[in-house]
Amino acid sequence: MEYRKKETTYVVSQEELSKGIYDLRLQTPAAAYAKPGQFVGLYPPSDAHLLMRPISICESDSVKSELRMVYRIAGEGTRLLSTLKKGDAVSMLSLLGNGFPVSAAAGKKVAVMGGGIGIPPMLYTAKQLKNVAAETEIYLGYRDGDTFLSDEFEGYGTVNRVTEDGSVGYAGNVLDAVSERGFIPEIIFACGPMPMLRAIKNYAEKINATAYISLEERMACGVGACLGCVAKTVKKDAHSHVNNTRICTEGPVFDAKEVEI
Amino acid sequence: MDTTVSIAGVEFKNPVMTASGTFGSGMEYCDFVDIEKLGAIVTKGVANVPWPGNPTPRVTETPSGMLNAIGLQNPGIDVFIERDLAFLKQYDVPVIVNVCGKSVEDYLDVVERLSDTNVAMLEINVSCPNVKEGAIAFGQKKEALFDITKRIKAVAKQPVIMKLSPNVTDITEMAKAAEAAGADAISLINTITGMKIDINRRKFVLANKTGGLSGPAIRPVAVRMVYQCANAVSIPIIGMGGIASAEDALEFIMAGATAVSVGAYNFINPYAVTEIIDGLEQYLKRNGTETVRELIGCVK
Ligand SMILES: Cc1cc2nc3c(=O)[nH]c(=O)nc-3n(C[C@H](O)[C@H](O)[C@H](O)COP(=O)(O)OP(=O)(O)OC[C@H]3O[C@@H](n4cnc5c(N)ncnc54)[C@H](O)[C@@H]3O)c2cc1C
Ligand SMILES: Cc1cc2nc3c(=O)[nH]c(=O)nc-3n(C[C@H](O)[C@H](O)[C@H](O)COP(=O)(O)O)c2cc1C
Ligand code: FES
Repeated sequence: MEYRKKETTYVVSQEELSKGIYDLRLQTPAAAYAKPGQFVGLYPPSDAHLLMRPISICESDSVKSELRMVYRIAGEGTRLLSTLKKGDAVSMLSLLGNGFPVSAAAGKKVAVMGGGIGIPPMLYTAKQLKNVAAETEIYLGYRDGDTFLSDEFEGYGTVNRVTEDGSVGYAGNVLDAVSERGFIPEIIFACGPMPMLRAIKNYAEKINATAYISLEERMACGVGACLGCVAKTVKKDAHSHVNNTRICTEGPVFDAKEVEI
Repeated sequence: MDTTVSIAGVEFKNPVMTASGTFGSGMEYCDFVDIEKLGAIVTKGVANVPWPGNPTPRVTETPSGMLNAIGLQNPGIDVFIERDLAFLKQYDVPVIVNVCGKSVEDYLDVVERLSDTNVAMLEINVSCPNVKEGAIAFGQKKEALFDITKRIKAVAKQPVIMKLSPNVTDITEMAKAAEAAGADAISLINTITGMKIDINRRKFVLANKTGGLSGPAIRPVAVRMVYQCANAVSIPIIGMGGIASAEDALEFIMAGATAVSVGAYNFINPYAVTEIIDGLEQYLKRNGTETVRELIGCVK
């Protein structure tokens, strides 16, 4: 069943997980319907900042009706969101986007890859893959030794920390770590900065694997009406009839073969 | 209590419509809004052939508003008729189709293709600031506006609304040109051309460099322009620009608009259109006003 509404939710808790990175839990019935890779739109508490901020679902607890989001302060909107305290009301548009096709991983060797602030949605994804995939390797790329969230991936697969400065785990990027380990995935689920996603798209083509990547773009409506958030597609898109697809609606997760990034 | 209004012989249950480009063809918002409650649905601009639109970023936030440079991406009139109009047929709601083009012939092509459909009215977009050719070029010179209006009126089977640009020195000149050429109504305002610069990247935020400003930030400008046009022409006006509440809608109506459209605010509150309709009814009740029509242009 689809869950589609703008509602007032309440903050269950919010804490600074690491420098400038916040861990927000909201009370909402949406938790019962949320799929990994989907996102919500959080409206900053302000009359000047009107548009919702798209934030991925990091975890969902249907028993407690709690959605968890982990986000980085990137500007004024996220800064305002970071001031929310337990019990505060926050407006949320959800559930948005398609999510990762977890069932496509059934019986397969899977690589879960997250880079920087693209790591949070991969936690919920890895959790759901646990009983589906034949084998899961998790690659988490960070700039430095501040490897936020990485401990929480334990138990969902082999966790490999990768840092650009080499201070923790493998040195380099996630693909360097994959090759160092000699792991050949059949299917990849990834979220992270664009250069990482581009490299994953090329890598998947080379090894003949399917890569599902989660894309970002500036959004206004979040529901497919404004055509603000498009990505270029290889083939004509079924909705737009041009080579553009809506990230908020047909995405944010795409088969890397189908988008030009 | 009576909320009905009529424009060029078309009856509307109430004066609240959706603004073109902010509500798709209703599909995206039918989970939020009872489509049949709307005064009318105004669809996204459609051209004779599919348009890819502009590169991204296409949208960004500004204080109490937003900039967009979508560039009129649309699937073309054939798909629009087969899919969007077919979808809207299931609802008892007047449909106003927003038409765009690069040349007068493009516009005429779309207008003719719509002639045997059951759309209620046509809204001609000669005011989009985000495409290089056509569109706004017809809306910034009164001679060009007169000419295109006349040529569209000659072939259109439905009443024609000319959608005016605020990016002109004197909008009443444009309103008068549209009226003189036979337009049945005018709608205003389209977005105001703006720009935002990312000082950290030292680049324009939008790939198109400029975009159209909309949302509450532009409301006072829009109310002023509706008032000016209402005093310059006698054809009905559909007012828009930053409407977020029934109070905002009432400002436009009192300034002289027969109907109003809600645009960017749909993104901020997807229930806005229906809340505005309820709010208008409450205002009428609270003030013992019999009809919404007696409020049109009541502030002189
Ligand atoms: C599908 C999706 C999922 C996301 N998930 C997360 C997440 O889980 N955690 C996280 O920290 N961030 C996530 N982001 C990025 C997040 O939306 C932006 O960092 C945030 O909107 C910035 O808002 P701001 O007001 O703080 O920044 P400002 O730069 O002041 O924002 C100005 C405007 O630009 C938009 N904007 C700025 N950067 C981005 C961006 N990277 N992507 C989209 N819009 C942007 C804002 O929404 C706002 O409308 C996600 C983005 C998308 C599209
Ligand atoms: C994302 C977006 C897309 C738009 N697309 C169109 C369009 O296709 N045709 C048109 O005539 N106006 C278009 N507009 C202009 C609106 O219909 C409206 O005139 C303007 O935004 C002012 O109203 P608002 O402040 O309520 O948004 C668009 C506006 C936005 C924000
Ligand atoms: S944000 Fe409006 S179409 Fe995606």
